[in-house]
Amino acid sequence: MATLGMLDSANLNGGQKLAVKYFTVAIMLFGAQVLFGLLSGLQYLYPDFLYGVLDFSVNRMVHINALVVWLLYGFLGSVYWLLEEESQHEVVGLKLGNLIYWVLTAAVTVVVLVYLFVQIGPGKESSIWLINEGREYIEAPRWADIGIVVSVLVVFYNVAATFSKGRYTGIAGVLVLDMLALFGIYLAGMFYTTNISIDQYWWWWVIHLWVEATWEVMVACIMAYGLMKVLGVSRKIVETWLYIEVALMFGSGILGLGHHYFWIGTPEYWFSIGGFFSALEPIPLVAMVVHAVFDAGARHAKNSNHPAMAWLIAHAFGNFFGAGVWGFMHTLPQINLYTHGTQWSASHGHLAFFGAYATIIIAMFYLGIQRWRGGTWMSGDLPSNGWKWKWALGLLNLGMVGMTVAMLVSGYVQSQIERAIEGSSWMGYFAAQIHPWFVQGMWWREVFGVMFLVGFILLVWDLLTIGKGESRAMVSAEAG
Amino acid sequence: MATSQWWASESFWRKTAIWVTGGSFVALMFLTMDTIPQISTGSKRVPAYSVINYRISYKFDETRHVQVPVIGAKEPLFGKELNEEEAEALVKLGKLTTQSKNCMNCHTLLGNGAYYAPDLTKSWLDQYWGTKEVREVQMLEFIKDPSDKVHNSMGRRMPKLEITDEEARGVVAFLKWMSSIDTNGFPYNFKSIEQEN
Ligand code: HEM
Ligand code: HEM
Ligand SMILES: [Fe+2]
Repeated sequence: MATLGMLDSANLNGGQKLAVKYFTVAIMLFGAQVLFGLLSGLQYLYPDFLYGVLDFSVNRMVHINALVVWLLYGFLGSVYWLLEEESQHEVVGLKLGNLIYWVLTAAVTVVVLVYLFVQIGPGKESSIWLINEGREYIEAPRWADIGIVVSVLVVFYNVAATFSKGRYTGIAGVLVLDMLALFGIYLAGMFYTTNISIDQYWWWWVIHLWVEATWEVMVACIMAYGLMKVLGVSRKIVETWLYIEVALMFGSGILGLGHHYFWIGTPEYWFSIGGFFSALEPIPLVAMVVHAVFDAGARHAKNSNHPAMAWLIAHAFGNFFGAGVWGFMHTLPQINLYTHGTQWSASHGHLAFFGAYATIIIAMFYLGIQRWRGGTWMSGDLPSNGWKWKWALGLLNLGMVGMTVAMLVSGYVQSQIERAIEGSSWMGYFAAQIHPWFVQGMWWREVFGVMFLVGFILLVWDLLTIGKGESRAMVSAEAG
Repeated sequence: MATSQWWASESFWRKTAIWVTGGSFVALMFLTMDTIPQISTGSKRVPAYSVINYRISYKFDETRHVQVPVIGAKEPLFGKELNEEEAEALVKLGKLTTQSKNCMNCHTLLGNGAYYAPDLTKSWLDQYWGTKEVREVQMLEFIKDPSDKVHNSMGRRMPKLEITDEEARGVVAFLKWMSSIDTNGFPYNFKSIEQEN
């Protein structure tokens, strides 16, 4: 600990050195995501803005792809972060892991450049192989899909082999199986078919079984690790909770997939299956709030990293509200008939992705920077009262809640006017889009989006400066 | 001591997690095996591509209490009847065009996608195209160059996406075929273009 208060990679173990690389790219992509979100939002207000240059479709594609990729980078980083501590063994193929990191990052760069500068291709399969697949969230062209699969297989090998050689904990067991499922599911999105019902059937396997099953379990593992680290909760407690979470999450989330099979051509029995199981999905999210808040309370919130702890709590609540409450609001078919594919979906999508996933990865960023600076003090009494992290936390969360509520207002207008009254016709769509209440919602979305951006800038500034020159060492909370 | 209770034991929950996950996944596999044939091309819910040779309407069904697609009299697309293979090739060209032009990042298809532009599920039947007689030409012209056609007072416009005449025909064929899929009454309360003679 000779280098307390200074960024020094000697403070990190092998896996952690690789992890901070993933985290760095993740933050940059997070920034790109916010930027392109603001551009898309602005085009709702000024449709001529960048028309024919960077059309809405391009900006939106970059916005949501940057989101998916930065979260995946955040997960890969988090896994490498905890790998050596958890297994008590060095990463078996660190060199290979590094190589794959560069390959993956180069591929992501090329994909984004092609999105921005080539944008579209002729109606041939070669466009899908080389330019973009035109399927929301998984637009990445086929060559990149194959690259991604090969890369994540290497990461998987690294993780599984390291745990096998070292200590195979409960967290390790869940993590390894979950990664296998997470990567395997991606294959369901890697083929072309003309039949759009079949297309969307498998497309939802990727999207839903990621965010409502395998990603949830991934963050439950990170949460288990985080609570042990930051609060010093015992392994027995977090691992028992982890199994409970897995049972509840997979038990509701796998068949909850049915809530996307109401209107795509699939048979009517999905109404009951999808409605019933997806309505249970909030239960594990409530359980996680109880778990995190109880553990924090039981230790009088004494912890070794205040920003990370705050973001872990933000995660528990954000996951519950964004996915649990906002998801539940439109998950029954009787309601979804009117809200399907409206600003309601966008409102829920934002709060859920941010609340469930962005938050916990930000917590990992703070754990990362703390160790990278040699394990500095990050509890109370930070210089200037730690105003940067507190304001970043406040602005990001308030900005997101503001955007979510604004879109919900627009979503109400849209589902009433376009869906219920006008019957989803072309004219009905625009009747809703020009309604003053709808337009106001779109304005407020953009205003709160700017607030979110300010929060993001503060977050980056804080991550670059927190703990700099700090001479106090952290007091470990770990149970030992 | 709490830890001696079965419901607080780690191994009980580990086993539960494994069984619940395995059981759910097996159930999903069976449901998938039942669903896929029901939505394969040429099934009752998802008609064969040659359905574009016929009139498609969207009518209220008294027993199901929702609107369902009804396949009617012969009404070949662009006045030219196609055999199954030709129809498939045309719809395939259309579907590939919708993907390579990224339609889904502005529009929704079957309600999925982006919300910047209208849903395309029943676009073929939309009153916006004027009359049944001019619909095909209107759609072709629009898809090839929508940029000078303003759609609402906010001035939101679809961009020109370098779509060739052949691709545009494919897209129209794809949209006509998609409108024949039985979507359990989505979109609700849709008002179709007049198609009776
Ligand atoms: C962290 C977890 C979750 C995330 C990140 C998430 C994200 C999303 C996103 C982005 C969409 C829009 C997809 C599109 O573009 O068409 C969506 C749709 C949907 N989500 Fe979630 N979701 C989560 C959890 C949940 C839960 C727990 C429920 C139910 C209780 C739920 C219910 C729904 C429903 C019903 C839709 C369909 C909306 C429509 O018909 O347009 N979600 N979700
Ligand atoms: C400055 C902040 C942001 C702005 C202005 C913004 C704006 C937008 C816009 C305009 C869309 C397109 C919606 C449509 O199709 O009509 C969108 C989609 C989306 N954004 Fe954002 N966004 C922002 C931040 C975020 C963040 C932080 C997240 C998640 C962590 C996020 C997740 C998503 C998702 C999942 C979608 C797809 C939603 C769906 O299809 O239902 N956005 N965003
Ligand atoms: Fe879902």
